[in-house]
Amino acid sequence: MQPETTPVSTGRTLPEGQAMLSVRGVKKVYHTDGGDIEAVRNLTFDLKAGELACLVGPSGSGKTTLLKCISGLLAPTEGEVLLDGARVTGPPKKMAVVFQEYGRSLFPWMRVRENVELPLKNAGMGKAERDKLVDEALEAVGLDHVPQSYPWQLSGGMQQRVAIARAVAYQPEVLLMDEPFAAVDAQTRADLEDLIRTVWKKLGVTVLFVTHDIDESVYLGQRVIILSSSPTVVQEDLEIDLPDERDQLNTRALPRFTELRHHVYEQIQRAKQGHRPAAATQAGSAS
Amino acid sequence: MKILKGIAYGLALPVILVLIWWASTLGTTNFFVPTPATLSEAFAETWFGERIFSDVLPSIGRLLVGVIAAIVLGIAAGLLIGSVKWLRDFTEPVLEFFRAIPPPVLIPVLMLLMGITDSMKVVVIISGCIWPVLLNTIEGVRAIDSVLSDSAHTYGIGGFARVRYLVLPSAAPQIMAGVRQCLSIGLILMVISEMFASSEGLGFTIVQFQRSFAIPEMWSGIVVLGLIGVAMSLIFQWTERRILRWYHGLREVENAA
Repeated sequence: MQPETTPVSTGRTLPEGQAMLSVRGVKKVYHTDGGDIEAVRNLTFDLKAGELACLVGPSGSGKTTLLKCISGLLAPTEGEVLLDGARVTGPPKKMAVVFQEYGRSLFPWMRVRENVELPLKNAGMGKAERDKLVDEALEAVGLDHVPQSYPWQLSGGMQQRVAIARAVAYQPEVLLMDEPFAAVDAQTRADLEDLIRTVWKKLGVTVLFVTHDIDESVYLGQRVIILSSSPTVVQEDLEIDLPDERDQLNTRALPRFTELRHHVYEQIQRAKQGHRPAAATQAGSAS
Repeated sequence: MKILKGIAYGLALPVILVLIWWASTLGTTNFFVPTPATLSEAFAETWFGERIFSDVLPSIGRLLVGVIAAIVLGIAAGLLIGSVKWLRDFTEPVLEFFRAIPPPVLIPVLMLLMGITDSMKVVVIISGCIWPVLLNTIEGVRAIDSVLSDSAHTYGIGGFARVRYLVLPSAAPQIMAGVRQCLSIGLILMVISEMFASSEGLGFTIVQFQRSFAIPEMWSGIVVLGLIGVAMSLIFQWTERRILRWYHGLREVENAA
């Protein structure tokens, strides 16, 4: 669109064979009747196995588009996504996605338990093993008391817990979350954030957590990947050097938390003003 | 108690209507309008006997076969057309055309092609009943929520499992709306198909009574049709409540919010 040179995108990458999830030069252009829309220009970054990374960016920065490319729901226009070395061409077996719209991602005609069980049943897993995984998953999200309810009988936060349980029971290696807590109230949100940290530690799963909430990204992640505004590239790839044990009161009160939060906020503001990262400064943070 | 109350409410208006009818036919001798007493006498005489087997049951049989075939075919074709974009674009104008043809005009044509047979009558019923089911199924399949569809996709639910766990339940509210219309059209076509050319059946019998000036008997046949309609509607409601329990619950929650 604009006649500018494509900036080198600049997420952290790992040597070949060490990444669980690799996003390589992903570009996505939507062809519409009103012309082409470039949602994502050029994104590259790697996640190592067991990492919890947050992806934060201004609204309209193509976060959801990127997530759809990673999950195999959309084919990137250029570039590729590798899961454990294999190119993603459709939704991979070892990946689960939790969407923002919990009300629209659970099957309203199935009870809570059936919702969690369905992907396993569909994969042809035996009844005994299925029951065990479903029980564990429901317990992990604190919903073992409502398996016979329908999702719409539950509050928003509980519905999102069901969606998380469904993802957990599926035993993915990579868990993608698309602004999962954007539509729940603040207190529920804090609980769910801690739930994600707990589940992540317990399962050792690789998590990519997309959010527009700066506090949330710093609180949750080991790493925050900041996206520029559209057309999207990586603005900065930031290590979060907070202690591993986090809790809502103490972690958020740490001076380092405030610093990191401040830094991410600044970067997002710069991104909104149209600042594009220069290749050189980004190479520095890639170490 | 609640059930009794419901029954009382349901029966109140019929009782009132019969009372009005009784009062307004007191002392009249209009040949064409029987009193409630004559009608019920004629009803018992006419329908509790051989006619159940010679006329009522064959009619109901054809109605059931026609309606069930229309529902099955309509849903199957609707799932296919609704899921495949090019097939939809390809068939839609033609479907609109066929749907616009009033099915009774097909009776003379089908009589020529198929003769005056049971199959002809069943085909007439199917040809009229299939449209609401087919078109509603297509719409229902098209309207599947994109997030729900993505969810199913990411969990590897595709092919037949997708139809069973996602497409059919998701389209069920619209399919049931189509089935409801299909039932009433079916009853109409059952009668019409028997009025044209037939030697038995409810439609035939009613016309026979009218032609032979057996007026109370003619009216009693109309009552039979009404009762069949009510019975079908009750069965439908019972089934619908079971299939769409989740949907009514969801709607209640949404409306309360």
